[in-house]
Amino acid sequence: MASSYMLPYAQQAPPSYAHPTEASQPRQHHWSPYTENGGVILGIAGKDYVILAGDTRSSEGYNINTRTARKVFSVGSGLILGVVGMSADGEELARKVTRKIDDYKRNHDKHITVSAAAVMLSRILYQKRFFPYYCQPLLGGLDENGVGAIYTYDYVGSFEREQSRAFGSAAALITPFLDNQINLKNQFVPGSNGEQPKQAGDLPRATVEKIVKDAFTSAVERQIEVGDGLQLVTITRAPPRTEEEADDDDWTGAAISVELSPLKKD
Amino acid sequence: MDALVSKYAAEPELDIAEEDDDEVGTGLPQSVSFTLPPIDHPAKFLRAMTDDHANPSAPIKLKHGTTTLAFKFRGGVIVCTDSRATQGSWIASQTVKKVIEINPYLLGTMAGGAADCQYWLTYLGMECRLHQLRHKRLISVAAASKILANLVYSYKGMGLSMGTMLTGVGHGGVFGLYYVDSDGNRVEGNLFCVGSGATFAYGVLDRGYQWELTDEEALELGRRSILAATHRDAYSGGYINLYHIKEDGWVHHGFNDTNPIFWKQKLEKGEFQNVSTTLDA
Repeated sequence: MASSYMLPYAQQAPPSYAHPTEASQPRQHHWSPYTENGGVILGIAGKDYVILAGDTRSSEGYNINTRTARKVFSVGSGLILGVVGMSADGEELARKVTRKIDDYKRNHDKHITVSAAAVMLSRILYQKRFFPYYCQPLLGGLDENGVGAIYTYDYVGSFEREQSRAFGSAAALITPFLDNQINLKNQFVPGSNGEQPKQAGDLPRATVEKIVKDAFTSAVERQIEVGDGLQLVTITRAPPRTEEEADDDDWTGAAISVELSPLKKD
Repeated sequence: MDALVSKYAAEPELDIAEEDDDEVGTGLPQSVSFTLPPIDHPAKFLRAMTDDHANPSAPIKLKHGTTTLAFKFRGGVIVCTDSRATQGSWIASQTVKKVIEINPYLLGTMAGGAADCQYWLTYLGMECRLHQLRHKRLISVAAASKILANLVYSYKGMGLSMGTMLTGVGHGGVFGLYYVDSDGNRVEGNLFCVGSGATFAYGVLDRGYQWELTDEEALELGRRSILAATHRDAYSGGYINLYHIKEDGWVHHGFNDTNPIFWKQKLEKGEFQNVSTTLDA
């Protein structure tokens, strides 16, 4: 069906018995507020760290708009947010989350926890249930016990805490790789005749970093919307180094580091 | 005088809710307000942008597909679901919690839009708590389900999508089971299945159901019905999530992978004879 929702009643042509001209015809106004800017983000939670990574390409159709777009944002209180989909909506969402986390800090005089921020982000998304943000967010942070947490969302705010997740145009390429390498799906202990499944354990950070980089370099080979650069953001636990830091209210106990590395640019 | 009045008068409320920047924190807003697209027919816009059977290639794909069931019996209520979420033919998640724990006495099941169910059942939890504080007793399941039904009915035509079974114990240890959906239906009953795999679950459930089931038999029947649905409905699968509601509230009976359960059922009980264990047969 043609999208007739763009046609306000006032602009419908009045009944006319004259020969129809171009101007007398109903005009179809196209209102499409969404664009797809491509890219992919990937989050993995470990026992004392979180890794959120994204490529830095931003495209529209076959055109590359920039090779240095950031998709992962620090949103305050030691939390990070990754967004893919429409970059305008994603960046607006990141700004809004940053502001609300700052408001929380000022109102309650403490840092928001990841679980509370997760619910907050869900409400922000659902507030636009009837005009959704065109982006899929991943929220990362360390929980109250210092354990890594990744919260994953759909466009309108349903959420779940997960161990690993890829969103974006190469999600279908990366997810099966993650299932296999992080969650050890369908892998069995050698010699157990397929009876004893391998248990997914705590992977060391260095191993996970390698898996993340492999995921991206592989996605770049097969998906045109992914490439140019890799923005890899890591949260680790950081005990206060000095007494000033220990007394500082702004000290979150989380250290966020950003690593930029090149990906293929063709 | 006018200056004085305007100084003490409340701020005029806007028709279309703007962003509420003052509202901070993680609690649900007391008055829920939603941003609408700046066009004449928001619902039509949403229908064009979000997917359903008629429009599978829409840009925004919400999570769908499900099998959920709940039934009353002598020992209370059994609630059982699968855990798969699909966006088109893509399996978006195999670990969705489709039973929503509203409070220790009430459960809601999730079918249709995941976000709609999560959001409004959480909101219902808040309303139930307020009822409890105001009246000094638990809300009845009948009243709770009616709050939800009236609520979603007020959004009818706006594109909400939910098919939920609301069940639990109310004051006086009365068990309740209601089917509530976003069309505005609210039906009481002893046995419901909802979702794309519902027909398969009904097949097994109707065959084995009787009021005088023991707790163990009832739990097994719930699990077996979902297993049948995950086997025949491609949009259902993942893990089997099982709950039993007793007079003093619900008890969780696990979130278990369907695959080993299927093979156990086949190899140890001799069911699913249709499925061969070798490729040549």
